[in-house]
Amino acid sequence: MGAIGAGLAVLGAGLGIGMIGKSATESIARQPEAAGKIQTAMIIAAALIEGVALFAAVIGFLSIGS
Amino acid sequence: MAFGSRLFKLSILTIFFGFVSFQSLLASDTKEEGKFVPSEMINHHIQDSHSWEIFHGLSVHLPVILYSEDKGFDVFSSSNFYNEDHELVPYQGYVMEHEHILLDNGGQVLDFSITKNVFFLFINSLIVVLIFLAVAKGYKKNQGKAPSGIQSFFEPIIIYVRDEIVRPNVGVKSDKFLPYLLTLFFFIWFGNLLGLLPASANLTGNIAVTGVLALITLVITLVSSKKTFWLHIVDPLGNSMGWPKYLLYLILWPIELVGIFTKPFALTIRLFANITAGHIIILSILSLTFIFQSMAVGIASAIFAGVMNMLELFVALLQAYVFTLLSSMYIGQAVEEHH
Repeated sequence: MGAIGAGLAVLGAGLGIGMIGKSATESIARQPEAAGKIQTAMIIAAALIEGVALFAAVIGFLSIGS
Repeated sequence: MAFGSRLFKLSILTIFFGFVSFQSLLASDTKEEGKFVPSEMINHHIQDSHSWEIFHGLSVHLPVILYSEDKGFDVFSSSNFYNEDHELVPYQGYVMEHEHILLDNGGQVLDFSITKNVFFLFINSLIVVLIFLAVAKGYKKNQGKAPSGIQSFFEPIIIYVRDEIVRPNVGVKSDKFLPYLLTLFFFIWFGNLLGLLPASANLTGNIAVTGVLALITLVITLVSSKKTFWLHIVDPLGNSMGWPKYLLYLILWPIELVGIFTKPFALTIRLFANITAGHIIILSILSLTFIFQSMAVGIASAIFAGVMNMLELFVALLQAYVFTLLSSMYIGQAVEEHH
């Protein structure tokens, strides 16, 4: 069960981070001079999504252990 | 040409680290029974322990400090828990099971031992202090002149943290919080790097360590918070709605209250899970060798583990960056004035 849960979490996080990456590259292509700011915003958003995914991953680990 | 020689050095390092981990795995974790259990080996590598195993057969036994209501304080070496055959034995009424010490009648013990993680916490702090004392000395010596030595390596990083992470996010009073945030950044970065070395502890992959770091951020946020911060929590709607807003507040107040604590909780889990996951991935790739027991898989997994190590070098920096960035954002939210 834990493995299935971790897999589902990866699905969501991958989708989310992929979409951030897509829109970040698009906006850098449109406005290369704002690349630095866009990168910072991208990393913050990615970190927040990743945090949620890692909650799920940790719960997955716990359910394997118990 | 420069790129070529750098690539060469990098591949040598990759092979070196690949083989060091490879050998330590080979030595310590193939059981006499012949059955190799990857999860057991991985847990052994990422968990805290009362002795510091440099490689199989050479471990430094660290001091055990215990307190219980029946027996008071007790200090002794953790080597007392092992006999000549490296089997666990009870000592002075204490028993150790899976690195967890209990009284032999089953009573609870408070364990203040200098474990492997605590030991590496000291080493990490010492490294940070020594490096930054040297850097500070450089600023005294080279006043008005160009930086030299180790100072010139760290100056761009310090300036980057100040100008790109702290100042834009904390706001006007940022320099007051700069020492804490810089310490945080370098402590986490060095801790992450230290954890990647062979025979070292999984320091920043320990939830207690990251929890305390996040707790310090929480305390600083709450202590330095201004009226606006609390107004956003207690009265987020202001005068826009009239009395019905209190019906909404029945739902909003619990959410806002929980929100204060989920931020440091997320910081804790993010760092802990990222670093631990990195270690688990590298160790899993290496244990493929022992699952398949083939030379070709061994070579492939050593190379792949080396590549993962390179990725972890980047993650080490990225997680230090993210932790510092989010900490400074939380502090920035707390200290911002009314707008």
